Amino acid sequence: MTMLEVKNIHKAFGELQVLRGVSLDLDKGETKVLIGPSGTGKSTLLRCINQLTPPDKGEVWLDGVEITDKSVDINKYRQEIGFVFQHFNLFNHLTALKNVSIGLEKVKGIEKEEARERALEELKRVGLSDKANQYPAELSGGQKQRVGIARALAMDPKVMLFDEPTSALDPELIGEVLEVMKSLAGEISMLVVTHEMGFASSVANEIIFLENGVVVEKGSPKKFFENPDKDRTKQFLSKIATLYGDSGDR
Amino acid sequence: MLAETLARLYNMLPLLWDGLQTTFLLTLTSLVAATIAGVVMGFLRAYNIFPLSYFVYVYEKVLRGVPLLVIFLILWLVPPDFGFRIDRLHAAFLGLALRSAAYQAQIFRGAINSIPRGQVEAAKSLGMSRTKGIQHIILPQVLRLSIPGWSNEFTIVLKDTSIALAIGVTELMRRGDQLAVLHSDIVLEIFLLVALIYFIIVFTVNKILSFIEEKFRMKGYEVEVER
Amino acid sequence: MSMWEFFVEIIPELMRGFSVTLSLTALALVIGFIFGIMLALGRAYGNWIVRGVCIGYIEAIRGTPMLVQVFIIYFAIPGPWPPAYWAAVLGFSINSSAYQAEYFRGAFQSIESGQMIAGRTIGMTRLQAIRNIVLPQGLRMAIPAWSNEVIYLLKYTSLAYIILVPELTRVGRLIATETARYMEVFLIIAIIYLVATIIMTDIIDRFESKVRIPGLGAQEAETSQRNVW
Repeated sequence: MTMLEVKNIHKAFGELQVLRGVSLDLDKGETKVLIGPSGTGKSTLLRCINQLTPPDKGEVWLDGVEITDKSVDINKYRQEIGFVFQHFNLFNHLTALKNVSIGLEKVKGIEKEEARERALEELKRVGLSDKANQYPAELSGGQKQRVGIARALAMDPKVMLFDEPTSALDPELIGEVLEVMKSLAGEISMLVVTHEMGFASSVANEIIFLENGVVVEKGSPKKFFENPDKDRTKQFLSKIATLYGDSGDR
Repeated sequence: MLAETLARLYNMLPLLWDGLQTTFLLTLTSLVAATIAGVVMGFLRAYNIFPLSYFVYVYEKVLRGVPLLVIFLILWLVPPDFGFRIDRLHAAFLGLALRSAAYQAQIFRGAINSIPRGQVEAAKSLGMSRTKGIQHIILPQVLRLSIPGWSNEFTIVLKDTSIALAIGVTELMRRGDQLAVLHSDIVLEIFLLVALIYFIIVFTVNKILSFIEEKFRMKGYEVEVER
Repeated sequence: MSMWEFFVEIIPELMRGFSVTLSLTALALVIGFIFGIMLALGRAYGNWIVRGVCIGYIEAIRGTPMLVQVFIIYFAIPGPWPPAYWAAVLGFSINSSAYQAEYFRGAFQSIESGQMIAGRTIGMTRLQAIRNIVLPQGLRMAIPAWSNEVIYLLKYTSLAYIILVPELTRVGRLIATETARYMEVFLIIAIIYLVATIIMTDIIDRFESKVRIPGLGAQEAETSQRNVW
């Protein structure tokens, strides 16, 4: 069943048209990865989905409900979309534990104790139960991001959106975050914007190549890396191989 | 003789203590009032809520551009022209509060603006409404970020209570002045004593506020403080 | 007599008062500047005795109200001298020097030590390095804080009112008492101060732009994009 349907999204910032009619959908348990050159609207697309940036045109349907409809209370549906930020955006005045539990307490109205326990479980799931009482400033980048993931997961979302989750991390910290993300694949529907081709090829059900605000090509990882249709795709992939030294081979 | 001078000074302490109490009263009441007003005004301008934000802008400019002494004199001398009186102590309270509110509005606005946009986005992404987000995420951080600026303002208000002497409020400075008139041979010693008392108070208050600051400081960023 | 006619009549006298305000401000600024720099340098580069004295002086001044300092100088020095005006100048200067010293210290601190070392490496003496490398940068970086000091002094010279110096506020008070037109007089005084502070701020901003060096700027709180919900 289709969890997320994105239909024909357009978005412009002033004169600059960033998204020109992008569509995709995500079934339950699927993992799809968005790749493409920087500044082509990948992050913008994610932000249009949970309306952090409202799209100019187009629709977004979450589990059969059109959330771009004006009459809908977007806050209610944001609870069902987990968002992981490139720069973590952990709440600086709260401990890791409180960061995870605050959504449960204040948005879902769950009892303090119950929220706390649930938060501890999520932290355990990302391997950080011993850091529960640390503040974001005391955590490494990788740890911060894992808390960010735990915070999003705690809300029991239907879909998880990852906006370049490892781009702001030192190389040696990337692995721990990708591990967590891999463990989620299959359990929860995920849409990931990333440059990590290794992750994409091993975990994604489909890879979507976005450039200049349109979808250039989409396909399974195998198809994508070994035998892409479009020239543009081939060009991009070869550049990535030079940069990252990873052509997607397993 | 030194011992005799010290003895006389010692005997002045009760009266000075009386003045000090007024100083404390003025400082604390006007600070509290100014903080409440300052937070509100800070938010109004940071969130650009028309047309109130413009009034706040004008208010800040006016109350920071006119000397406190003039504000005191206006509050005390002008109302009778309009048929009512503000008594000295209330005039002093009002003057200190109104002026401090203008500076605190700036402090809080700076704090609000220095909270990264990402905090707002993260709160939204969890499904928080504007009210909840401000209440649980923005405001706690704003208050913590404002502590250094607020502490600075505290000592400024404390020291500026001395200006209330000009409208006859019997705070510490005025008590010292009254004593100096009575004991005109040791004027220097009296004012040195007054200075010492102020210094001890300011020093102590600063130490306490530093302690609080350390406890609540959020590692990550600081807000610039103006005098 | 109407309000406008009244204004016109008292303006000359008020302006005399205002010129006293300005001279008090200017003197306090300049003397405070000279002593302030000396204090800052003494604190940064002096031996432990010099440093101790400087710090003690700065803390004592900053920990007590300006009015107390003015009173001590005026009342406490025996004899008819100094007259109120000069007592006020001295008091304001002493006060300002302590605060300016702190502003300079902040600016000096934000100049990396590497600058000083680089100067020594090419053969400058300490004094030369200070004069040619540290000061030009430090002074520019202190401008924002210093502009605060200008505005601050402009307003706080009003304290000279209390020892009867005929600056703007005292002159106004005298006129108001004579004519019993309190509202008009104080309204115009407030306006004069307000206009003065606004103009002064503008002048300093222009000056800052003129002497600005690309890349050299005081650290300010990073105001990222507007935090609007």
